[in-house]
Amino acid sequence: MEKLFQKISFSSATLVFIILLGIFITLFNTALPAINEFGLHFIVNPAWNKEVPITTPQAKSVKKVSDDSEVVNPDDYSDDDGMIMQDEDDTPTKTIYGGLVPLVGTILSTLIALLFAMPIAMGIAIFLAEIAPKNISSFVGGAIELLAAIPSIIFGMWGLYYFAPIVANLFGGFQVSLLTAGLVLGVMILPFMAAITRDSMNTTPDILKESAYALGATKFEVIKDVIFPYSKVGIIGSIILSLGRALGETMAVAFLIGSVFELPHKITDPTISIPVALANNFGEASGLGMSSLFYLALILFVMSFAVISFAKFFFLRKAN
Amino acid sequence: MLVMNIEKFSFTYPGAEAPSLKNITLPIEKNKITSLIGPSGCGKSTLLRSMNRIHDLYPGNTYDGKIDLLNETTGEYDDILAIKKENDFIQLRQKVGMIFQKPTPFPMSIFDNVAYGLKISGIKNKTELKDRVEEALKGSALWKEVHDRLNKSAMGLSGGQQQRLCIARAVAVKPEVLLFDEPTSALDPISTSAIEELIVELRNDISIAIVTHNMQQASRISDYTAFMYLGDLIEFDKTEHIFLNPKEQQTEDYITGRFG
Repeated sequence: MEKLFQKISFSSATLVFIILLGIFITLFNTALPAINEFGLHFIVNPAWNKEVPITTPQAKSVKKVSDDSEVVNPDDYSDDDGMIMQDEDDTPTKTIYGGLVPLVGTILSTLIALLFAMPIAMGIAIFLAEIAPKNISSFVGGAIELLAAIPSIIFGMWGLYYFAPIVANLFGGFQVSLLTAGLVLGVMILPFMAAITRDSMNTTPDILKESAYALGATKFEVIKDVIFPYSKVGIIGSIILSLGRALGETMAVAFLIGSVFELPHKITDPTISIPVALANNFGEASGLGMSSLFYLALILFVMSFAVISFAKFFFLRKAN
Repeated sequence: MLVMNIEKFSFTYPGAEAPSLKNITLPIEKNKITSLIGPSGCGKSTLLRSMNRIHDLYPGNTYDGKIDLLNETTGEYDDILAIKKENDFIQLRQKVGMIFQKPTPFPMSIFDNVAYGLKISGIKNKTELKDRVEEALKGSALWKEVHDRLNKSAMGLSGGQQQRLCIARAVAVKPEVLLFDEPTSALDPISTSAIEELIVELRNDISIAIVTHNMQQASRISDYTAFMYLGDLIEFDKTEHIFLNPKEQQTEDYITGRFG
């Protein structure tokens, strides 16, 4: 009985790794054609689903030897739009995919969200943990947890209908843009960040705060010199976890970022993020296009994984 | 000469029906060690925490009576229960320092810990800070152990060292009174005796009030002892009188271990 129980719990634990590894392998395998085709150049190439003539010298030289070998898989021509106009002059073309635009969109929208959310979240956390009387603190704390529970599509709808016009009025430019998406994303991660920051500030022992007050410290000095350093690890953790959430957020951003494969020149320009690119194009994609989407997904996976690993590493190093 | 004089002092926690301290009158002699003893819940820590108004970090307490503190410059006494402004609280706490049950090093270097009280009181001059930190660490018998690692985190010190660091931190701002709230309850016997020696030495410059569970400690180090029970001050006298021939039956029962 004991043995059986051990085995069951062991296999449940192993399952986590199997799922993780399985997802990584399937992502990698499906992305492999795109990885072979575009290599690491994929992440700096801003073109997506673009027809380019095959003009490279070796392509021409190879062409003489055998026509079939270098012309990309015929499937690829029909996959994307199904309406490829074969060029009149008969130069062979291929469709290329690059991940730069969604990658930049993801990073920038996340960055805007963090920059917007961080100071406000710290302010909320300080208020809740140190300044507000208990009853107000638990009331506002409850409201913040409710805010965290709002489904992201509601944020998207609200953002598009009410928030986007305000942003456009204030900053000019498009209603749907990197800025709008980043700000709404910021509002979404705000409660999360504030709640975790408050919780880690609350772990500061009373006796430690009292020691500082007993030396003649003001409330501001106690917060700055004792509470913040003491709960630093938790606060950074909250920022990193929020970053992880912002990276993968799809629905709200899909409403607000504009979903165009164009590099933004200003933050009020529309662009696209990786999750939105995946959600919008997955239905119609096939062949190399599909594989490129998986390549994007793989990049997102690695980014999120790196963020969480960094957080873990940071926590562990600090804990020792 | 008295450094503090507590008169007809009562204290009630917020929401409590009965006061936790009832009509306490207790003189604190200058440059002497006064210990407060009594069973758990007798109010001795509550009394100690009234003496620097640290209670007021949590609102809603009710005070009655007065606690006079000697003003060294004018030679007069000010009632610390009359304090209302934050600035006056800060001044009070610079004059009346406190050491807690557990060591409470701040998450910063050894040097910064000791310099903290000085820095927030406005001392910026680097050499002055350095001198005062060294002086405080020497005065707390910690200098020899830490002088070569002042920039290391204070968290790496042992419990006894951390507590002496906290004493150095409190001493550095040159308080007139130091309140010790069971300072050795978390320490081993060797660290405890080091702290006791230190407290006895500090008496030359600072007046001391100490709450302790340990009657031997009270008899070893203090000049005066107050015995408290259920929020009342039962007896106050020179330490040897309290321990050798107490006037009250309750005091005798407690120090002979018949209850408590």
